Amino acid sequence: MSDVKLRRLDEYRWEVPKEGAMRVPGIIYASEKLMRAMGQDESPRQVANVAQLPGIVKRSLAMPDMHWGYGFPIGGVAAFELEGGVVSPGGVGYDINCGCRLMVTNLRHEEVRPQIAKIVTALFQHVPSGVGSKGALKLARSEEKKVLAEGARWAVKNGYGSAGDLESMEDGGCLAGADPEEVSERALERGKDQVGTLGSGNHFLEVEVVEEIFDRETASALGIEVGQVAVMIHSGSRGLGHQVCDDYLARLVKHVDKLGIALPDRQLACAYIQSPEGRQYLSAMACAANYAWANRQMLMHWTGEAFERALGLSPRGLGMRLVYDVCHNIAKIEEHVVDGKKMTLCVHRKGATRAFPPGHPALPEKFRKTGQPVLIPGDMGTGSYVLVGTEKAMEETFGSTCHGAGRVLSRAAAIKASRGRAIGREMEDRGVLVMAAAKGTLAEEIPEAYKNIDEVVNVVHGAGLSRKVARLKAIGCIKG
Amino acid sequence: MKPYKTFDHTADLGLAVTGQSVAELFANAAVAVFDIITDLGRVETRETRRIIVEGDGPEDLLINFLREVLYLYNGERWLLKEIRLTKIEDNEIEAEAIGEPLDLRKHEICKEIKAITYHQAMVRQAPGGWEARVIFDV
Repeated sequence: MSDVKLRRLDEYRWEVPKEGAMRVPGIIYASEKLMRAMGQDESPRQVANVAQLPGIVKRSLAMPDMHWGYGFPIGGVAAFELEGGVVSPGGVGYDINCGCRLMVTNLRHEEVRPQIAKIVTALFQHVPSGVGSKGALKLARSEEKKVLAEGARWAVKNGYGSAGDLESMEDGGCLAGADPEEVSERALERGKDQVGTLGSGNHFLEVEVVEEIFDRETASALGIEVGQVAVMIHSGSRGLGHQVCDDYLARLVKHVDKLGIALPDRQLACAYIQSPEGRQYLSAMACAANYAWANRQMLMHWTGEAFERALGLSPRGLGMRLVYDVCHNIAKIEEHVVDGKKMTLCVHRKGATRAFPPGHPALPEKFRKTGQPVLIPGDMGTGSYVLVGTEKAMEETFGSTCHGAGRVLSRAAAIKASRGRAIGREMEDRGVLVMAAAKGTLAEEIPEAYKNIDEVVNVVHGAGLSRKVARLKAIGCIKG
Repeated sequence: MKPYKTFDHTADLGLAVTGQSVAELFANAAVAVFDIITDLGRVETRETRRIIVEGDGPEDLLINFLREVLYLYNGERWLLKEIRLTKIEDNEIEAEAIGEPLDLRKHEICKEIKAITYHQAMVRQAPGGWEARVIFDV
């Protein structure tokens, strides 16, 4: 149980008052019901810990899907001044640019439903998944470095998807400032044969159907309609990203000792953004982020091929198109207005999603009117939400919102809860066909291991951090 | 009885390990990592790999040591069955890991450990020996 006292501000906001070594207060977005569950673990303490880092601006934030992480809470958002502020690998997480992408197709629910077993089997065979999965590709070091420098652009150049896809990704699928020379030999070694692989754990590829539209005009502008078949992919930068995080954590743990920065938790190890160490981390982090975008771009390409094969369709017949791709573990240099003053900040989103409003200059023309699409996956087999960013998110949360349902049960507790149950069968009864590479995964990922996604999304919608556009229901799922 | 227990962390997994000496504590922790990853009954002792790590204090040393041990799997696709500590000082450890390369026709990966975190890491002397706790990213 957390020792932190919380003060309720309004229906959706709880304050962690500034105490002790905290430089700013904390704000947690949650309903009363979600807060009751979150108050049970140590995540509110982690919000307070993050508030102690040098250069933090305004407040240490947490989204309604918050849960206990290490260092930062999962669902945490924190922005730092470039001058005197820090960047923390633990504030980005191990799976750098873990994220989601949503594609829609020309297919309708009625025609796909009877074929779902065929489709899920084809996806399972054609898209590499599971523990330590290797892809269809083994990259020479020189080629791998191009992936790190170019991201999804590298994938497009090599025949995966089209150039038009790039504008439907955050940062066009390539984060600036990536320098492969800042990535260790170990990270390169781990990354050489994992690009284009889903991975294990909570990563998945889901076949979904658009079930409900909340905002017809925006949905239509994004090309989303009821009954349409869509695919959600959740994956990240695989072993390469983990190694980058681990390498820099080891370095910065020593570095902070030298700087004399007192940290409440060593996992918060950090460097000043403008120091050589800070710049090197940001540069290596950008490489891993780019690897993740190339990864999801290739996964999308193979998803299309699997559908075409299973249903005997041409690419044109399938008509698969990318709606958007978001990253939810990242640190980005962005412009924000703080107390009426324009500032350049380093925004950490650890299990949080960027949610820029209509008219934001970082958005390409096609999203200027709608605002940036935000993709929120639910627990296995529940489905997902499409939201859009808002002005209120810019004012309150540095343009950020939640990233998913958020775990409530530990993996061990989930395995215990699923003992003696046929989870695959239960999912089928709910109308979702699931195939998993590892036996244990299904038990760890049972729906009750997560918070209710509707409740999480209703908080960010109600608090105005993003707006509901559509809800999708899962009909098929492959897990690593 | 195994010289370790796992404990719950919402999204991840904790390891609580004991040993009669620091050397045994570290060796038990290394074997625990691989006991979680795979069925050690199917791993043979065919090769030896050397590990040398430094650290500032016991927690840092343990994390750096486990980080190297874990890299055997994550980076080199190699499985450890036994470990021998050949040198143990306050700030340095040398060890020999004994095991064999991962072969998915023979070995099963039960659970992936993706990283060793610093979060709430602890090494301390306890009645009858030593104990440690670390949290893994899984």
